[in-house]
Parts: sequence; C-alpha cells; structure tokens
Amino acid sequence: MDWVSDNLDLIGSLTLDHLRQSVIAIVAGFLLSLPLGWVAWRYRLLRGWVITVTGLLYTIPSLALLMILPVVAGYPATSETNLVIALTIYAVAIMVRAVTDGLDSVDPAVRRAATAVGYGDARRFWAVDLPLAGPVILAGLRVTAVSTISLATVGILVGVTNLGYLFTNGLQRRIIPEVLAGIVAVALIALLVDLLLMLAGRSLMPWARSKTPARRRASAGAAA
Amino acid sequence: MNLLSEAFAWLTDPEQWTGPNALQHLLFQQLYFTAIAVGIAAVIAVPLGWAIGHTGKGREVAVAFAGAARAVPSFGLLVLLVLLFGVLHKPEAAVVTFVILAIPPLLAGAYSGFEAIDRRTVDAARAVGMTEAQVLWRVEVPLGLPLLVGGLRSAVLQVVATVTIAAYVNLGGLGLPIITGLSLRRYEVVLGGAVLVAVLALVLDALLALAQRAAVPHGVLAAQGHAPRRRTES
Repeated sequence: MDWVSDNLDLIGSLTLDHLRQSVIAIVAGFLLSLPLGWVAWRYRLLRGWVITVTGLLYTIPSLALLMILPVVAGYPATSETNLVIALTIYAVAIMVRAVTDGLDSVDPAVRRAATAVGYGDARRFWAVDLPLAGPVILAGLRVTAVSTISLATVGILVGVTNLGYLFTNGLQRRIIPEVLAGIVAVALIALLVDLLLMLAGRSLMPWARSKTPARRRASAGAAA
Repeated sequence: MNLLSEAFAWLTDPEQWTGPNALQHLLFQQLYFTAIAVGIAAVIAVPLGWAIGHTGKGREVAVAFAGAARAVPSFGLLVLLVLLFGVLHKPEAAVVTFVILAIPPLLAGAYSGFEAIDRRTVDAARAVGMTEAQVLWRVEVPLGLPLLVGGLRSAVLQVVATVTIAAYVNLGGLGLPIITGLSLRRYEVVLGGAVLVAVLALVLDALLALAQRAAVPHGVLAAQGHAPRRRTES
C-alpha cells in the first residue's frame, strides 16, 4: 500500500475531477428527464416513442458513444465536455423511465381531489404530482448517480482524465494497489453521493418513509 | 452523415467477415462471454433470490449488496482481476467481472417476483394443503417468473454492453473494432463496431421481451380482470 500513501495528492485531484464530471452529468440528466418524463407520461401517443428512444440510447456501448459524439458534434474526444455529454445521455436513459413510473405511481384519486379543490394544471404538477412521484424518482436518481460515477471511469479510454486513469496506468505499470485504490475511491464517492441523496430524500419527503419498500426495485444499472 | 455510410461500407465489406478477426467470430465471442457470465450468475442469484422471496429474510442484505456492486466500476474490476489472476487467466477474470455485474439484476428479479405475488394467493395455497415445496414450485415460481425474466433481461443487456471493454485487455469481442479503430483514428470502424453491439443488444432485448410476455402463466392471463395491476417492464 506504499503506492497509495505516496500518491494521495494524485488520488485526491483525480477524485475531484471525477466528482465534477459526474455531478454535472447527474444534475443535467435529472433536469432534462423531468420534462421528457412528464411528456411521456402526459401524452400516451408519445410515450412509446420517448421510452423506446431513450431505451435505445442505453444500449449504445459507452466506448462507442464517447468516440462517435465528438465526430458528430465537432469537439475533441479528449475534452471533459465529451464525457459529461455521454454520461448525461445515459443518465437521461435511466431517469426518463423513473420520472414516468413515478408520475404513474400517483393515485389518480389524489390528482382528481387536487383538481376538485381548485388546483390548476401547473400548480397541481408542482404541489401534488411531483412530490408524490418523488420517492420513485429519487430511487431512479440514486441508481443513476451510482452508475454514472462508476461509468465515468471509461472516459480514460478516450483520454479524459479521472479516477479511471488509475486503472489504465495501473495495468500498464502492473501496480495492483493503484488499481485497487481507484476502485475503492470510485465506490466510496458513489456510495457517499447515494447516501447524501437518501438523506436529502428523507428530509425533503418525510411521507416517503411510511411507504412499502417493495416499490423500489433495482432498475437497470450502467451499460459500459 | 458521411461517417455512417463509411461505417456501413466497412460492415458490408466481405473482408470484415473473413480471417481470424472476422466479425462473426467477434460476435460469437461477445455472445459466448455474455451467455457464460449470465448463466453462472443465474445459478448463484436465482436460488438465493427465491430463498429471500420465499422466507422474506435477507432482503436488506441483498439490496445493500446490489447497491455496492453497482458502485464498483466494471472496467476497474476487470483490470484488477486481470492483474490478480495473471495474463494466462484473462478470460476467467473477465467472466468473474461480468458475473458480478449480472448478479444484482437477477437477484432483484427473483425476489421481487415473489414479493409481487398477492399474499392471499400464497395463504390460499397453504390452506388447501400444499406443502412448502409445492407452494414454492407450483405457486411462487410460476407467478414470479415474469419479473425474473425481466431481471434476466436487464442482466443480459448490461453484460452484453460491458463485454465490449474486454477488448481493452485483448479478449476480443465486438469491442475489438471499437478499440483498434480508436487507436487508428478510423472512426468508421469504431462506428461499425458500435452499431453491431447496439443491434445485438436490441435483438437480445426484443427476444427477452417476448420471453417475458410468454412467462406470464395462463391462469394469470385468464384472471387478469381480478388481478391487482402490476407494473411490468415494457
């Protein structure tokens, strides 16, 4: 483990890079999924299309997406933007489904009651639909966050530096502690972000705790 | 897009379909790794998931394990296992990596399939005198099958996409044209390989979607009007 103690600075700065890239993608994916998921839920005709197209994005191997995006969009493959956009696409692929499922899980009787007491469409969405869909959306967001952080490591294969650097460098130099340190660092920040999201959910949505745990099913993880 | 037609030209060039690295060999390798890994994962995860679903014990452990497994980067795990197992045992290292990737969705599919069954159905089965083994094999397993196949579907999809990175440690598969095209800056080759993997994943997904539909027992279909609305994977 000498390698780790000698290279704490490197691990620290790579972790910061990694967090920055992942967090931007998670937030962007979440913000894009809300309107997309809502459209898919609200307009039945579009639903099949939105779910199928976002599902298709998910099947593109990350390595391929990371090389094709720059060619299509005209930015360098080695730029952080490239990785962040690719990760955002995967985040959207998971999150749209979660938002649609979440809105589905809202009891229609509650929705009608809100309309009956005078809520307009927009106010009802923010005050009733979205908070009640919250627990399912949060479950999707947690899956998205963890898989985004672990998937980001593939960025090193196209030259975007983050904790994945410890894998390629460790393989070339055959330093097992280096690779292990990378895995542990990635898993730790993923679980930390997951924990923060769970705590945020508990304080923002106290009603979610009385719900049956059976709702949360482990949905699809990352496609590398 | 010019690149797309170049990729298509590359894919349809007979040269790509002959020789040691012919595309059908790579396709076979990709499927072979996927099948072995998902098969081993199923042998481990399905009985375990059924035990969790039947007894209702150990669910928290399974959820925690699935969360932890998702946090481990497959690429890093593959590199670590290749270094630990040694160069001669690269295929084993790859299979272990993919097995670990495939276990959580299969486990979740197995126990959530049991959990989705109306408790009254299970109680009724006991009430008419079925033994525990009969309850398990004749009630819980058939009724839980659609969600189990759903878990199988996400496991296959994740593994078949991830096998692509096996090419980075020289194990072939459809990642090979992507990795070599990448280093040669021949993007039409990268795109061609990517399209093949995506098509393969789509075909497998469509087949498993059909299997999922076929897995719904006839009795459930007949009683659909009474059955509680269950959310199924599309």
